[in-house]
Amino acid sequence: MTTLPQSTERKLGLVIDLDTCVGCHACVVSCKGWNTENYGAPLSDQDAYGGNPSGTFLNRVHSYEIQPEQGLAQTIHFPKSCLHCEDAPCVTVCPTGASYKRVEDGIVLVNESDCIGCGLCAWACPYGARELDQKEGVMKKCTLCVDRIYNNNLPEEDRVPACVRTCPAGARHFGDLGDPDSDVSRLVAERDGMDLMPEQGTKPVNKYLPPRPKDEEAIDVLAPFLEPVAEEPKGFLGWLDKTLEKL
Amino acid sequence: MTQPKLDLSPKVSDEVRKTTCYMCACRCGINVHMKDGKVAYIEGNRDHPVNQGVLCAKGSAGIMQHNAPSRLRAPLKRVGPRGSGEFEEISWDEAYDIAASWLAPIREDNPSKLAFFTGRDQSQSFTSMWAQGFGTPNYAAHGGFCSVNMAAAGIYTMGGAFWEFGQPDWDRTKMFMIFGVAEDHDSNPIKIGLGKLKARGAKVIGVNPIRSGYNAVADEWVGINPGTDGLFILSLVHELIKSGHVDLQYLSLFTNAPALVNEDQNSEDYGLLLRDTDDKLMVMDRRTGQPAPFDRKGVVPDLAGTWHDNGTTHRSVFQLMAEQYLDPQYAPENVAEKTGIAADRIRRIAAELADVAFNQAIELDLTWTDFRGETHDKMIGRPVSFHAMRGISAHSNGFQTCRALHLLQIILGSVEVPGGFRFKPPYPKPPEAHPRPHAKPKPGAPLNGPHLGFVHGPDDLALDENGTPARIDKAFSWENPMSVHGLMHMVISNAHAGDPYKIDTLFMYMANMSWNSSMNTGGVMEMLTDTDENGDYVIPHIIYSDAYSSEMVAYADLILPDTTYLERHDCISLLDRPICEADAAADAIRWPVVEPDRDVKGFQSALCDLGAKLGLPGFVNEDGSQKYADYADYIIKHERRPGVGPLMGFRGNGDETGRGAPNMNQIDRYIENGGFAMAHIAEEHQFYKPWNMGYQDWAVKLGIYDAPQPYVFNLWSEPMRRFQLAAEGIGTRQPPEHLRQRIKDTMVPLPIWYSPNEAENRADDYPITALTQRPMAMYHSWGTQNAWLRQIHGRNPLYVSRKVWEENGFSDGDWAKVTSPHGEIVVPVALQAALNDNTVWTWNAIGKRKGAWALDEDAPEATKGFLLNHLIHELLPPKGDGLRWSNSDPITGQAAWFDLRVRVEKAPAPADAQSQPSLPPIKSPVGSGPKALAWKVGK
Repeated sequence: MTTLPQSTERKLGLVIDLDTCVGCHACVVSCKGWNTENYGAPLSDQDAYGGNPSGTFLNRVHSYEIQPEQGLAQTIHFPKSCLHCEDAPCVTVCPTGASYKRVEDGIVLVNESDCIGCGLCAWACPYGARELDQKEGVMKKCTLCVDRIYNNNLPEEDRVPACVRTCPAGARHFGDLGDPDSDVSRLVAERDGMDLMPEQGTKPVNKYLPPRPKDEEAIDVLAPFLEPVAEEPKGFLGWLDKTLEKL
Repeated sequence: MTQPKLDLSPKVSDEVRKTTCYMCACRCGINVHMKDGKVAYIEGNRDHPVNQGVLCAKGSAGIMQHNAPSRLRAPLKRVGPRGSGEFEEISWDEAYDIAASWLAPIREDNPSKLAFFTGRDQSQSFTSMWAQGFGTPNYAAHGGFCSVNMAAAGIYTMGGAFWEFGQPDWDRTKMFMIFGVAEDHDSNPIKIGLGKLKARGAKVIGVNPIRSGYNAVADEWVGINPGTDGLFILSLVHELIKSGHVDLQYLSLFTNAPALVNEDQNSEDYGLLLRDTDDKLMVMDRRTGQPAPFDRKGVVPDLAGTWHDNGTTHRSVFQLMAEQYLDPQYAPENVAEKTGIAADRIRRIAAELADVAFNQAIELDLTWTDFRGETHDKMIGRPVSFHAMRGISAHSNGFQTCRALHLLQIILGSVEVPGGFRFKPPYPKPPEAHPRPHAKPKPGAPLNGPHLGFVHGPDDLALDENGTPARIDKAFSWENPMSVHGLMHMVISNAHAGDPYKIDTLFMYMANMSWNSSMNTGGVMEMLTDTDENGDYVIPHIIYSDAYSSEMVAYADLILPDTTYLERHDCISLLDRPICEADAAADAIRWPVVEPDRDVKGFQSALCDLGAKLGLPGFVNEDGSQKYADYADYIIKHERRPGVGPLMGFRGNGDETGRGAPNMNQIDRYIENGGFAMAHIAEEHQFYKPWNMGYQDWAVKLGIYDAPQPYVFNLWSEPMRRFQLAAEGIGTRQPPEHLRQRIKDTMVPLPIWYSPNEAENRADDYPITALTQRPMAMYHSWGTQNAWLRQIHGRNPLYVSRKVWEENGFSDGDWAKVTSPHGEIVVPVALQAALNDNTVWTWNAIGKRKGAWALDEDAPEATKGFLLNHLIHELLPPKGDGLRWSNSDPITGQAAWFDLRVRVEKAPAPADAQSQPSLPPIKSPVGSGPKALAWKVGK
């Protein structure tokens, strides 16, 4: 058993806008590229060119359909990675102390040199956010790009997770969700940001902004259906002539 | 408990090399991080105008493309039968000797015997120069089977189209409508733009039978019946005109709406526009009541003008527009059933467009002077914008549908204004400023001019003295007069049929014609391997260049192996398809951030060598020696016009932009500058560009053209009317009888809608439309060889609507037989609720031939994956007249992929659980890939 810190100095995490995510997988691949080359063991791929390719990813996008009781079916793209929970069950279940939550920023990490690949943490995570790397035999998960966000070798504007830097639609936001005045906290407040599966009691730090209502017959009452200028084509030409005079 | 101590500032890389992506056609800027001389990580370049730092999934996966096991390694000579994939590696010298032994004799005898077609080529200004030097009329790139309707309709109507021609004013637009988009076209810019709209809550309407990608995030989804977009758009036009919600000022000043149409049915100019003796367009001047040249200072062009002259009446285009579009056939209640959109919904969308365009107009306090010499102290913006791509263009009514969309934009006054749609240099550019087609070959000599261009009437067609098509693809013939990009999808079929003639050598680049890039894939494989009575191949010689082991490799006799995009020079040129933004001209390069580790060569460099060996004009010096050592040498030294070359930046001594002498250090300067160059347009010249003399003068200074080219938008298309007039019997160049009625019916000078080819009379037998879409994370067939991307899109079921699902009693894991008039396939199905009732679709080009792309033969792409191409013929079903009718738009020759109609029935799972047809494997010239990957370079 591993203990969680009583509290963390900051709560760094992601805010993911489901109203804007087009499901392009840019974040998925950028994450794979950065984290293959950086923190810990590379993210390996098995049967890479074969019948059952399967590799380690720290972030995946799932697509779902929703059929409202009334109206048209909708498609939702749902990116999912570790939510860096305040009450992270993946940490408390770890038998070696390899999984831990950082006191200074709340990032949940795996210390690969202590990880025995037992997989208990993946079982404990209700979100399915951890993947065991088949080649290395260690547990991999989102690091919130801990090797980018403080990295003095990167320009300051690039000190954000790779997925945030690359997101073409700007649907991913990074910041301190423990600070109510941060941009991300304000966004969560404005857009009714929500926890994923709050009933699990994990208190996830990452938040999701729900899709705005769609397909509403939400025409501005000030712009009702257009009125014809005339009922007959001849009448239209009369209107045209009058209107041109006024120009 | 103590936390481990982490290195929070690890070294990121040894060096960053900035070049241009080529994981799709979008041309984003990338930072390639190098470690130990190897590619370690790729991210977007923040300074780059196209992607501004972001990068899509394809771009980020570039490292896996660059290292793909499917890369070709050396020139290949076929040693087994065509289609077997049996090759031996040869030297470049031997490859050039073989190519020259085929090409030199036909150039001396009849250059038309070479058909040279390049696929997703970003060097068309170069490859076309090579073909012109060779002398064959048979050259084009892939536009004809892609989105030529979009490009042609845009340029003919308003001097530019979407994507590389222009973009919405993302920062100001308040309502955005997107039609039938291919999500790999302008991929990152559209996502960046949508993000901006979403951040400020602007409304997005998606019009598409399929609700995925951009349509998933659209605030409103219009799941239209495929092929009826034009009818929906014209119904919006009907509502807007009927209610007087048209920008009359804009139409009168900047379009040919006030131009005067000859209404004398007995005149040779019937339906043409009144011009003065200098051939200048005339309008009625409201001040004087007399005709006047449209561009005279002070003229007030009258939209309601009528002119009687010696018994001939001329009426304004706008009056004819009102008559045509006020017709009840376009009333919402009369289009609702065909389009699948309720009449009230059409009315509401029209009302919203009108509300945003006119009640929420914006004004910028910018002073500008128009081409009539009038100065305006503000710019009025109509903040509605539109984008469209392949979904509306890949139908046989696509050209007119694209024209209809531009008509809608223009009557709202929303083109080249704040908040609307904005052109990107070198556009706007009127059709008259483009070349006309040239197709007169002469033995041993170059062609008489550029191959592709814009026709303005029958005189510009590419016909020989007997009136038969001069080109192998029949571009610029009566079958498809405005085929500005050629018809790549007809080349192999026509060459095999000897219609209009036989060829000797087929030379292709980056086009997977024996697989996903052809209609009738199985038929094309037979044509490529068919032999005559002597046992010789009907198409005698095939040369192909590709970087990868694609399906087409097996069908060539000689392979010229290309490099990956990180190993080569390229120019993303203003002569071609540059990377400009609405407020700046920009171009870019690729350069070898790593040198190839194989015996491969950039295709354009190989053309420099081969051109010199053949002695082609433009490729040899006066003494006969090779002119350009390689493509980089061409990029630096070539001048298209004096002082104007492939790259605009750092010319002359390095300080000159646009015009200037060649600079031997130019490529180094681009590298120092991040791989691109930019030239900004002054704020007061950034809008109204076709009419803004400040912009026009800037464009001349930059070398985009040599004299100002102001023009008005062509709502009435005179070139179309000239073809229609010929079909009515006027003029010396007459269409063949079998095409006369079709030309009359389709080449109508104002946008119309007609039912697509295949939908006609087939609704009972084939009630469903079958479409493809391209996933955002894959580019055509290329992504499959990428170990990361194929884990995202490795399977492509046939997605069916709930209606089709329930009618067939489908359940998960079921298979369907899909039958078209041309063939049948048996494939896995999946339910998609957010789909038009009468539509099925799948991802494009996921299905692969066994043995290609260095995949194992049990790869899901090769077992379960499939192509709809087997169901689509390049010809329409025979009409009993013995003629070969192309499955294309009758105006432009655009391949009508999306006209496909099918019947869907539940079928037992095939015995081998593989999609049918299941073709035998081809032998891989590169073997297959490694089992496991763990790609980390450096320490």
